[in-house]
Amino acid sequence: MTDAELSEAEKTFILHSVQDNFREDGRGNEDFRHMEVETGLISNTNGSARVRLANTDVLVGVKVQLTAVDPEKPEVGRLDFFIDCSANATPAFEGRGGEDLGSEISAMLTRAYSCPSAVDFHSLCVLPGQQCWLLYVDVLLLECGGNLFDAVSIAVKAALFNLKIPNVTMTKDEGGVELDLSDDPFDFKRLNVAGAPVVVTVNKIGHKHVVDASEKEEECTLARIILGVTEKGTITSMRKEGSGSLDSDSISEMMESARKVGMELNKILLKALEEEEKQGAKTVGFLR
Amino acid sequence: MSVDIRLASSRPAGTDLYHGENPGNIVTPGDVITADSGFMRGHGTYMEDECLHASVAGTVERVNKLISVRPLKTRYNGEIGDVVIGRIRELAQKRWKVETHSRMDSVLMLSSVNLPGGELRRRSEEDEKMMRHYLKEGDLISAEVQNVMSDGCLSLHTRSLKYGKLGQGCLVCISPSLVLRRKTHFHNLPIGASIILGNNGFIWISPTVQDKSEESGGYETNLQPIPKLDREVIARLRNCVLALAECKMLLFDTCILYAYEASLKYAVKDLLKPEVAVEVVDLVRQRLELEGS
Repeated sequence: MTDAELSEAEKTFILHSVQDNFREDGRGNEDFRHMEVETGLISNTNGSARVRLANTDVLVGVKVQLTAVDPEKPEVGRLDFFIDCSANATPAFEGRGGEDLGSEISAMLTRAYSCPSAVDFHSLCVLPGQQCWLLYVDVLLLECGGNLFDAVSIAVKAALFNLKIPNVTMTKDEGGVELDLSDDPFDFKRLNVAGAPVVVTVNKIGHKHVVDASEKEEECTLARIILGVTEKGTITSMRKEGSGSLDSDSISEMMESARKVGMELNKILLKALEEEEKQGAKTVGFLR
Repeated sequence: MSVDIRLASSRPAGTDLYHGENPGNIVTPGDVITADSGFMRGHGTYMEDECLHASVAGTVERVNKLISVRPLKTRYNGEIGDVVIGRIRELAQKRWKVETHSRMDSVLMLSSVNLPGGELRRRSEEDEKMMRHYLKEGDLISAEVQNVMSDGCLSLHTRSLKYGKLGQGCLVCISPSLVLRRKTHFHNLPIGASIILGNNGFIWISPTVQDKSEESGGYETNLQPIPKLDREVIARLRNCVLALAECKMLLFDTCILYAYEASLKYAVKDLLKPEVAVEVVDLVRQRLELEGS
């Protein structure tokens, strides 16, 4: 996935450092790098967020649209993920280069959010059996510095937190129901994201595992599992990646640390977002 | 376990203000430098509508009638004699292609490396077949710029025992303009680590090796685990270098040592936090000003 090719000695150095629980930058195996979150920075979306995790930079915008319901699930709304890998991030994304990675991430997000308790899908239904909200979640990768999955999922959750769905008034007239979207920008409802999962990637390096791997560490990983974890510690999805094999014991160990880290992530993210909401500070955006 | 999520709005303002002297005339791409037609067009500029525009962001420099713009952020422009760190990209006919953050891949000829068995050895076809045995894709080397070709491509050499393949350690990539040109770029710091400040912005931090054996020509790497104490020193140095680079400080041995000393009161991983990094760099800056260097 990354273009950082390492020499044998560098890999050994990283491997031993993970063994010592003292990584190349001084972090322990379960430490995250510090990240920066901002929401509501794109004015022409219904909800947006930007997350910068060390060098990984992700921008997410959510647009809502009224559509016909899925006949199999007539009472729920839907989420649709799309990942755009900008060639600004790495030249490897040029042309169709980022498509595989994009569909991988969107598949992972779709699966993580397919859990019924993730978001209240019933609240996204406008008229049961007929109309519901479809949320288009568009993710733009601006820079890759390792641990993309986690950063994307955190940005998605922040954008969904920030989402403002316009209120709809329904009037009944002959032959059907007429839907009327509110034009008032302050007439909206929010989505409850308390149960939304974040994705935690656990990389197996040597006999130990690390979370929030840097690009170099990702290069040393043979196998990793990617988990969707909610605030309560429910694991909503799981997938394994890489050519290496994993022992069942180590899988449960990795799941346990992902659960622990994921719960903490959710808690701190929500706290930060609520604080931002309270402050109502003006947007910083990309200028600094 | 530690998770740290901040808000963009709570980022302290003015943490990355420029501290040096007034840089003079700064332009951004597209800016008109002069409408006077009496000047000559240099690097980083272009002519449009009879005005001279800047094509890169940087400072305007004038030598007599030649106007050029020196970019602030640039790839590495090699000069003969520079010490560089590079990563082997590819093997070709009698040469290695090396990535040195230059515009083009640099070239390391088989004839300009030290091979095991003495300096005056003839290079045979056998050696050509053994090239991957000496240096393979992904390996890091330290080298010196031997020549700059007409197209800007660098030709490197490692014909000294101080150059050659690098073993265990940590590579940090920063902007090449932040590395101060010095007489020596190899430093054995008194804190138990060595640092190579490549002119190309690649900085190599490794544990100090006592004796470099000559028999193998430096192509054997030691893969034994490094003691945790050394590892801590390396990690701390890495974070210090990144902090200094983040605050746009010129890098040389003294300032790195000062940063190391100033950072000792923090845990290594705390140095990743921006406010701690800024504080450490401020201390370094004060100390350097005090000593008038």
